[in-house]
Amino acid sequence: MNLFNIINEIEKVDPEFQDRISPRRAAIKNMAGFGSKVAIAALPIALSTLFKKAYGATASAADVNGVLNFALQLEYFESAFYNAGVAHTVYKPADAAYFKAIQLHEMNHVAFLQTVLGSAALPQPAASSYDFTAGGTFSDVLTNYKTFYAVAQVLEDTGVRAYKGQAPNLAGNQVVLTAALGIHAVEARHASAIRYLRYLDGATNALGGPVTPWITGSASVSNDTGIAPADGNYAGENASTQLGVDITKLPSAEGSTTSVAVAVEAFDEYLTKAQVTALVAGFGVTIV
Amino acid sequence: MKNEVSKNTSDVNMARRSFLRYAGAGVAGMGLLATAASCHKDHGINPFGGPVDVGSGDIGILNYAYALEQLEAAFYTQVIKTPYAGMSTYERVSLTSIRDHEVAHREFFKAALGAKAIKGLTVDFSSINFKSRDSVLAAAAAFEDLGVTAYDGVGYLIQNVDYLVTAGKIVSVEARHAAFIRSLIMPGTDYFATAPQLDASTSVNISNVPSAVLAGANTYLVTKVTAKSFA
Repeated sequence: MNLFNIINEIEKVDPEFQDRISPRRAAIKNMAGFGSKVAIAALPIALSTLFKKAYGATASAADVNGVLNFALQLEYFESAFYNAGVAHTVYKPADAAYFKAIQLHEMNHVAFLQTVLGSAALPQPAASSYDFTAGGTFSDVLTNYKTFYAVAQVLEDTGVRAYKGQAPNLAGNQVVLTAALGIHAVEARHASAIRYLRYLDGATNALGGPVTPWITGSASVSNDTGIAPADGNYAGENASTQLGVDITKLPSAEGSTTSVAVAVEAFDEYLTKAQVTALVAGFGVTIV
Repeated sequence: MKNEVSKNTSDVNMARRSFLRYAGAGVAGMGLLATAASCHKDHGINPFGGPVDVGSGDIGILNYAYALEQLEAAFYTQVIKTPYAGMSTYERVSLTSIRDHEVAHREFFKAALGAKAIKGLTVDFSSINFKSRDSVLAAAAAFEDLGVTAYDGVGYLIQNVDYLVTAGKIVSVEARHAAFIRSLIMPGTDYFATAPQLDASTSVNISNVPSAVLAGANTYLVTKVTAKSFA
């Protein structure tokens, strides 16, 4: 992001932009010094503050912080999960690079959200407050890599769905929505990669086929993992109508109509905050 | 059945394409100037069939997505039609799935836009060697990564939250594709999610404005696409 380009662009359509954000035009020039002094991660929120000052925001700062704190609480949990997984080396040696990368990304997402939220950031719970076995449902999650991979897949897919569900609450917010979508995409990359590792390990899905990088399904199967306790994490994932368009009625690459599986795979569905809150409670995660 | 991209690759368009390639060699530098100048003109009928502007507002963004999905669908259709040397069964099955997803996205936008949809675009994949696994997978990763940055870059411009969520439903699938293709390219590494697609310090996926995305996409399009009402 080039802050000065953005401001220049805005000035083209709104010559008084700088006066709006500061009565002293010179103040904006100090941004260069400002920018060099704060972490680059802090810049988006500073910019967001500028825009709010100038035009007001669609969502209130409290709403936006609420979404960011929701995300932060999920990232705290994910980060702790991978920290534990890496500490226990609960993966195949060939897959180490994947899990170390994911561990780093989740850690960076935590730091990023904390920086953006500043003093509004909710505190990080102690790692010991989490129960990665979800009350014994996944009792060998830190000793059996197959369980660890399966739980990781569910958590990543859930993360994707959770971020997606919050997008409307950030609509119109260039800085925060764009950042949230950027994390959303990374969670989807993680989900895809873990699903690929499970495929390499020979894991099958609920439909009897190999695990795919994308969530598949059928008219009756929304949870393609076949892990029954995760049914809620995939609730509604087998939707085949989008914006009133029945995808199965559309022509396919081969000229026929589109299969339900393709219609399900081509669109990832979302979860509400209430759904996610209930789903992660079993892991000792208390969403505020 | 109906495939706008291949349907439009008629003899007329092939001739057009040859002409453009020929002309392009001499006026590559002027192309930028011409495009910049045309920004202030009404876009009427162009004798060479382009460019196509996506329009403005939410419809403009949906058409922008439709343009990119047309490109991706056409690419994977070709990949499956002319498989690269040594394509494994797993790769063929997976790439066929990705093709089907992209075709579903394309047909979805076409149906949702109805009469407001831009026309079918003519593609030019002459820079991709479809016989080479490396060439095909590199292009696939580039298309998928570009798609992710494109959707993420315009999310904040979408007014209708139902459209926003729908874009979100598609972009995560594109990100899944991107990570998968990247795992095929460099298995056992962090290539599935790494810089420069991820910001190195925050691990947030980068995003791109339409002009930057289209600069990349247009290198594979005979029918150039513009998004003048967006940055």
